[in-house]
Amino acid sequence: MKFPKELRYTKTHEWVRRNGNTMTVGITDYAQKEISDVVFAELPKLGKEGRQGKPIAVVESVKAAFDIYAPVSGKVTKINAELESNPALVNQDPYGQGWFLELEASAASEWESLMSADEYEQSLKQEKH
Amino acid sequence: MKEAISSSGQIRRLPLHDIHLKLGAKIGQFGQWEVPLYYSSILQEHDAVRARAGLFDISHMGEFFIKGAGAARFLQDLLPRDVEKMEQGKALYMPLLKETGGIVDDIILYRLKSDAFLMIVNAANVEKDFQFIRSNQNAWQKHAKEALESVNATDDFGLLALQGPASQAILEKALGQSFADLAYYHIRETSDGFISRTGYTGEDGFELMLAQDKLPAMWKRLFEAGADAGLVPAGFGARDTLRLEAAMPLYGHDMNEETTPFEVGIGWAVDLKKTAFVGRDALLEQKGKGIQRKLIGFEMTGRGIPRDGYEILSGERKVGKVTSGCFAPTLKKNIGLGFVIPECADAGSMIEIMIRDAAVRARVVKLPFYKRKKAEAL
Repeated sequence: MKFPKELRYTKTHEWVRRNGNTMTVGITDYAQKEISDVVFAELPKLGKEGRQGKPIAVVESVKAAFDIYAPVSGKVTKINAELESNPALVNQDPYGQGWFLELEASAASEWESLMSADEYEQSLKQEKH
Repeated sequence: MKEAISSSGQIRRLPLHDIHLKLGAKIGQFGQWEVPLYYSSILQEHDAVRARAGLFDISHMGEFFIKGAGAARFLQDLLPRDVEKMEQGKALYMPLLKETGGIVDDIILYRLKSDAFLMIVNAANVEKDFQFIRSNQNAWQKHAKEALESVNATDDFGLLALQGPASQAILEKALGQSFADLAYYHIRETSDGFISRTGYTGEDGFELMLAQDKLPAMWKRLFEAGADAGLVPAGFGARDTLRLEAAMPLYGHDMNEETTPFEVGIGWAVDLKKTAFVGRDALLEQKGKGIQRKLIGFEMTGRGIPRDGYEILSGERKVGKVTSGCFAPTLKKNIGLGFVIPECADAGSMIEIMIRDAAVRARVVKLPFYKRKKAEAL
C-alpha cells in the first residue's frame, strides 16, 4: 500500500493535497482496498461549506455506503464529476484520478492538525491490533 | 450483510477458515459467523459465477435430519407443502410457519428415503428452528404412535455450493460420475454425503453436503477439476448480489416472523389445498382479506443505491421500506427489494427511495431482475 509523503491524512482515511489554501481530498489506498469495488460516489454541490470532521461526500462499495469527512473546513470549489460515470477510478488510482473534491480552506491551520504519511501508517498498524 | 444477531454472542469460524485466509480472503461477520466476504473482488466473483463457476463455503448453514416411520406424516402436518407426495430424492423450498402465518425461516426439505428427510436451514435460525421442530414434535407425539426422531447435525456437516454454468462439467470431472440425470431440486446420496442440484445464485449449480473432515479434500478436488474451466472461490459478498439479482429473498432482511408468505411473494410455496398445516388458518384468513403490504422489486431511475432500511415514498407519502439493495453487477443497475402498500406494488409504478436527504426516483419491476438462459431443459 502506498501513502505519498507529500499528502496529509485523517484517521477516517481521507487524504489531502495542499496547494496554498486549496485542498484536494480523496480516500486512501488502505480505504479503497478495505471497501473493495467502488460502484457509486455522491459529491457535494459547488459552494457547499464543509466543516472539518463532518460528512462532505459519500462513497459506496457493492456492499455498503460510507461517509467521507471534510479533513479541513472550507468551501467546495471543484468536484471530480468523472467519478459519477466511472467510480472504479477510486480503486484504480486513489491519489490521482480517483480524487473526490477540492476545498478552499477557511483556516489553513487545520492542515497542521492532520497526520503525516508516517503517522497515518502508524495509526493503521494500531487499528489492526 | 447484517443478519439478526444470534442469542449467543460467540463468534464462530467455518471449518475451512484457514484455507480462506490462505487464499487471501477478506473476512467479515455474518450473524455470529466469520466468513469470507470476497477473495479477489465481489464484482469479479459475481461475474465468474454468471459466466463460468464459483465455489462457496456455506458451512454456516444448519442441517437437521428427521427420521422414522412417522416422519412423513409429522412433516405433512407441520409444513405448508405436500410432503407425503414427495418422491425419494426430491427437494422442496418452503417457509416454516408460525400459527400466525409469520415466517420462522425459509428452508429446503429433501426426501432422502421414504422415512428420512433432511432440512437445510439458515445459520442464524438453527437454534430457533430446531426448538420449533422439537416443540411441534412433542405435541404431535402426544397423539401419534409412530417412531419419530429429529437430529440437529449442524456441527457435523459442512456445505459447499458449486454454482455457475460450468458446474456440472466440473463436478463430473472431480467425482468421475455423471450428474446429467440429477434434475433441478433433486438430491443424490454419495459415498461421503449428499449432492443436490440447488443454489442461491440464479445459476445452475450444486450443493455438496459432507462430513466436516471431508471438506478440505473436496474443496481441493473441485479446484483441481475446475482450474481449466475458470472456477474461482466466491465469497458472501457475491452470494448476496447474485441472490438479489435472482430476487431470492433473504431471511432477516426480506422476511421475518412478522411477514407472511403472501406478503413476501412466496405464496407458491404454500399449499392451501392441504387440509392442515401450522399457519394455515391465518393464511386462509389473510387470503380472504387481502394483504396490506407486498415485497416488490424496483430499479433506480435516478442516481443512488438503495439499502436496507431506507424509506419508500410515493409523492409525499411514506409507503414502505427497502429490505435489500445493491448495485447489480450483471444488470449494471441499482436494484432493491422492499415492502410497499398494494397500491404501489404494480410493475411500472413510480416510487421514490429516500437516500440520505434526497428522494430518488425508482420504478417497480417484475421479478426476478435476472433470469438465466437455460442451455437445455433440466
